[in-house]
Amino acid sequence: MINIILNNRQESIDVDSMTVQELLNHKNFTFKLLVVKINGKLIKRDSYDEAVIRDGDEVTVLHLVSGG
Amino acid sequence: MSEMIDTKIRQHLSRFRVGIAGCGGLGSNCGVALARVGIGELVIVDFDVVEKSNLNRQYYFLKQVGLPKTEALQHNISLIDPTVRITSHNTTIKSDNVAELFGGCDVVVEAFDRADQKVMLIESMSLLLPDTPLISGSGMAGWGNNHLIRCEQYGNLYVCGDQQTEVSPDVPPLAPRVGIVASMQANFVMEILMRKKV
Repeated sequence: MINIILNNRQESIDVDSMTVQELLNHKNFTFKLLVVKINGKLIKRDSYDEAVIRDGDEVTVLHLVSGG
Repeated sequence: MSEMIDTKIRQHLSRFRVGIAGCGGLGSNCGVALARVGIGELVIVDFDVVEKSNLNRQYYFLKQVGLPKTEALQHNISLIDPTVRITSHNTTIKSDNVAELFGGCDVVVEAFDRADQKVMLIESMSLLLPDTPLISGSGMAGWGNNHLIRCEQYGNLYVCGDQQTEVSPDVPPLAPRVGIVASMQANFVMEILMRKKV
């Protein structure tokens, strides 16, 4: 079980660790235009399969939509 | 009394420089709000010209159709307060000129229309200028649903909007909701700068 902060909210997930891609799958985030950060550090799209989220991490997954 | 406080606020804000990335619905309205409260300098960047269809939400006038947005916005702000310094760049913002354009800014406002451009700026800023607060706008198309429009802070990244309603043929961006989000962005800029020591 890991406890993380996802988008400013507490979240518990029943794994020891997971990649960004696994988190996106778990949360059903299927959007294309995402910004992902772990502990404030930008995770680029081509690293979603390697970047690991661990217990206590602060994760931001933003889906940006058009308009302005 | 309130005039004295207003003067103090203006004096403080006059020391800062704010970047506005895009001069459409968000950028033109946010820039005008910041000029009205006395921001010292605005760095405004856009590649586009004013079109008639922009007048449903952007701070331009009919006679300005055809003018570069940076030129039109600089003029409109000068009519409100000629002491606001404006540095304008009539160019396209890309990942390779972000640092050059906004390197000297205390805060940057993301004011693009397209979502892929928003992502580009957020990614570029977090890699190249990670210490500069970035105020983004996401989710403001259509009308109504005041209660869904919100602000969130994720470290140095601030996001204003409902984070879900995107532009589509049936759901255009319009003055009321775009204006709300532009004002929220200006309000975040002011909050950040008011607590910043000179």
